[in-house]
Amino acid sequence: MLALVLFFIFAALCVGGAINLLVQKHPINSALSLIVVMGSLALIYLLLGAEFVAAVQVIVYAGAVMVLFVFVIMLLNAGEEVRLPHESRVATMLGVPALIIGLGITAAVVSHLTGLDRIAIGGPTVMNGSDVFGNPQAVGHLLFRNYLLPFEVTSILILIAIMGAVVLARREE
Amino acid sequence: MVPLSYYLVLSAILFACGVAGFLIKRNIITIFLSIELMLNGVNLSFVAFAAQLNKLEGHIFVFFVMVVAAAEAAVGLAIIIAVFRTRETLNVDRVNLLKL
Repeated sequence: MLALVLFFIFAALCVGGAINLLVQKHPINSALSLIVVMGSLALIYLLLGAEFVAAVQVIVYAGAVMVLFVFVIMLLNAGEEVRLPHESRVATMLGVPALIIGLGITAAVVSHLTGLDRIAIGGPTVMNGSDVFGNPQAVGHLLFRNYLLPFEVTSILILIAIMGAVVLARREE
Repeated sequence: MVPLSYYLVLSAILFACGVAGFLIKRNIITIFLSIELMLNGVNLSFVAFAAQLNKLEGHIFVFFVMVVAAAEAAVGLAIIIAVFRTRETLNVDRVNLLKL
């Protein structure tokens, strides 16, 4: 019961932040509402027993990536969105139907998965604390044993990304 | 306890908001933020299914998605800075030429 109440509180925060991202005109407001979404998602991950993922969500996403975004917004002095008078409206026409179709798919998934719903999840994993599911130790074991090669490949990806960012953002002489 | 479909509904709502923002918004940074929102929606369904099926592989996938998202944000924002330097604008409707 407590898990359900907590889920609804954080889910409401999530959806509110996501809608606020769409409504706001200034990019800095959109970025800050995305931080709200990411923070409440981290708490939902904790409800699901994913301690490692929740920590990484806060440190990497809400910390590093969003700081990068806010930094760039302030560096470029991005102002409010201006709409050109002769711009194409096709994207606006498609955006709202896309949202409705997305929610329609949601409804289909819900009605299809009602059989799965009998097995309720979440809650006790975070309540009693003795469950090892999803803690950093368990994830580390899996990551460094079964998925060692993909893990090493991502380090090359990060290296390439760093070099790409430096080369692209460099001022040309 | 919370049924799986609640998590999936939340995930789909976040993804749909991301798609709508991607199509509606004209500011290139806000479009980028919408992409991050979509990635977060997908991550939520990975973690929910990991808890449902009692398999930790979902958490590993989320980890890799986060790594790719961080790399993508670094390179994408560098591209945005480079575009702003030559065009003096962040509006995607004004960035319609390959060469100035």
